[in-house]
Amino acid sequence: MDWAYLFEISLTGIASGGLYALAALAFVMVYKATRVVNIAIGEMLMVGAYLFFTFAATFALPLWLAIPAAVLGSGLLGAVIERTMIRPLLGEPPISVFMVTVGLGSVLVGLVEMIWTADQRRLPDFMPTQPIIIGDAFLAPKVFWGSMIAVVFIAAVLLVFRFWRGGVALRATASDQAAAYSMGINVPRVFSLAWVVSSMIAAISGIIVGSIGGISSSMGIFGLSVLVVVIVGGLDSVLGALVGGLFIGLVEALASAYLGGEYKLLATFIVLVVILMVRPYGLFGTHEIERL
Amino acid sequence: MTPQSGPSAQQPLLQVEGVTLSFGGVRALSGVGFGVAKGSITAVIGPNGAGKTSLFNTISGFYRPTSGHVHFQGQDITNLPAPQRAKLGLGRSFQNIALFRGMTVLDNIKLGRHAHLKTNVLEALLYVGRARREEAELRADIEERIIDFLEIDHIRHAPVSALSYGLQKRVEMARALAMQPEILMLDEPVAGMNREETEDMARFILDVREEWGVTVLMVEHDMGMVMDLSDHVVVLNFGQVIAQGVPATVQANPEVIRAYLGSGDVADLRRKLHAGTTAAATSAQGVA
Repeated sequence: MDWAYLFEISLTGIASGGLYALAALAFVMVYKATRVVNIAIGEMLMVGAYLFFTFAATFALPLWLAIPAAVLGSGLLGAVIERTMIRPLLGEPPISVFMVTVGLGSVLVGLVEMIWTADQRRLPDFMPTQPIIIGDAFLAPKVFWGSMIAVVFIAAVLLVFRFWRGGVALRATASDQAAAYSMGINVPRVFSLAWVVSSMIAAISGIIVGSIGGISSSMGIFGLSVLVVVIVGGLDSVLGALVGGLFIGLVEALASAYLGGEYKLLATFIVLVVILMVRPYGLFGTHEIERL
Repeated sequence: MTPQSGPSAQQPLLQVEGVTLSFGGVRALSGVGFGVAKGSITAVIGPNGAGKTSLFNTISGFYRPTSGHVHFQGQDITNLPAPQRAKLGLGRSFQNIALFRGMTVLDNIKLGRHAHLKTNVLEALLYVGRARREEAELRADIEERIIDFLEIDHIRHAPVSALSYGLQKRVEMARALAMQPEILMLDEPVAGMNREETEDMARFILDVREEWGVTVLMVEHDMGMVMDLSDHVVVLNFGQVIAQGVPATVQANPEVIRAYLGSGDVADLRRKLHAGTTAAATSAQGVA
């Protein structure tokens, strides 16, 4: 056993797990507030990355302008999606809303191919390029800096939602909509807020993921791993998203290093099946108990 | 504050006028009208399915009536959404306890004040200025007044899901009080409670009116409690008001007796009704 190699692989896994955690946070935000399983999370990541590409490469805006513009643009998209597709389905069976998000994913892929074509593209480099050495282990600079950015944003989102009234409103809405509504909490606005914030977080992770591996119209595949993360962690658990993200990142890295890249998804999904057998609500999900 | 009985010359705090509510072809309420005088305890009673909870939901803004109006403090609130009504001073509890599970008692109660807080993101994060002041005021008010008043000091840090049914009901009432309501709407405050818990709750309801000057509107099945506490009773049956007035009058009304106990010999049914309302019976016997 080569311990140095294992250490290096684990570091890479945890770092890319940070990216999963950020994207999973975007998913959990929407699920917690609105109980919508957003299958299109990967595609929303992609749109964020393409918006950044447009602002930074096509319009040649400086980075400090291109990134906020892409994030705000995605937030706007989130608001439009919530208002036009999700809110009219309020009170409909969850499966209907679920199917709408499946359709949304296809629509977003189609839009991206129409506007930007299906070609693979590179995002402009904005992260430092000198290699990162931790102990004897080498870490790809983009992965390292990308995960650092993810950690900063995760911390920021958690702080805001811990101490701000809007975060309290979100948690109350997640817990009991009728009660929240009668406490003076504007529940429809909480729904909008959740979608906007989720889209913005997705855009940030899209920009990071795109900077590491390039962008293309099939980038939404990343969303598949994010779904595994949130199911493992528990759909409505922020802590689950974070722990699940790191865990799945680690599993994927170890599987592709020791078993080969083609076993990466196999290993992840085996982990998923095992965890669901032991804990059907995910590691930290809420057990739903109906009281009659 | 002097409690007022029956209709008064003064404008009522809450006025329901000709409210009709239909779900498709089903009429849950038709032409319901009554007033709740300021400082009174008003009860809405009626058999199961009479439309009591529908009426509550219409008043608090969950349903919009098909026709008719709801006035609160002289303002037409028929078309206001529920959160706005909460800000105006309509606080309510739910028939099936609707607490925020996974939060502590204290957090649940604090959420009642949500509508009145104005702190923004930046202030909240830095915990300066308004955020600090609002939090301090909130704590003082909730800890000194509400928690002491409802005798739930010992469970303030407990998660609500771990509490007994009676205590959960009490926490729900505390949360409604934290909303600083003008009118407190209680949907079956003692349903499923034992005798002792019921007596505690009855005492709290009276104290809310006496000490806090909050008007109470409640839906309740426990006839004894309704007759004991209320100044004004509104009886619903099949979505219509079939009687209203002071408890004794309502209790003696043959139509009310029929609605509750089915048709039959009224005198006999009346005896049965009185047997079920032991506490109220003594005072009502003379009238009946």
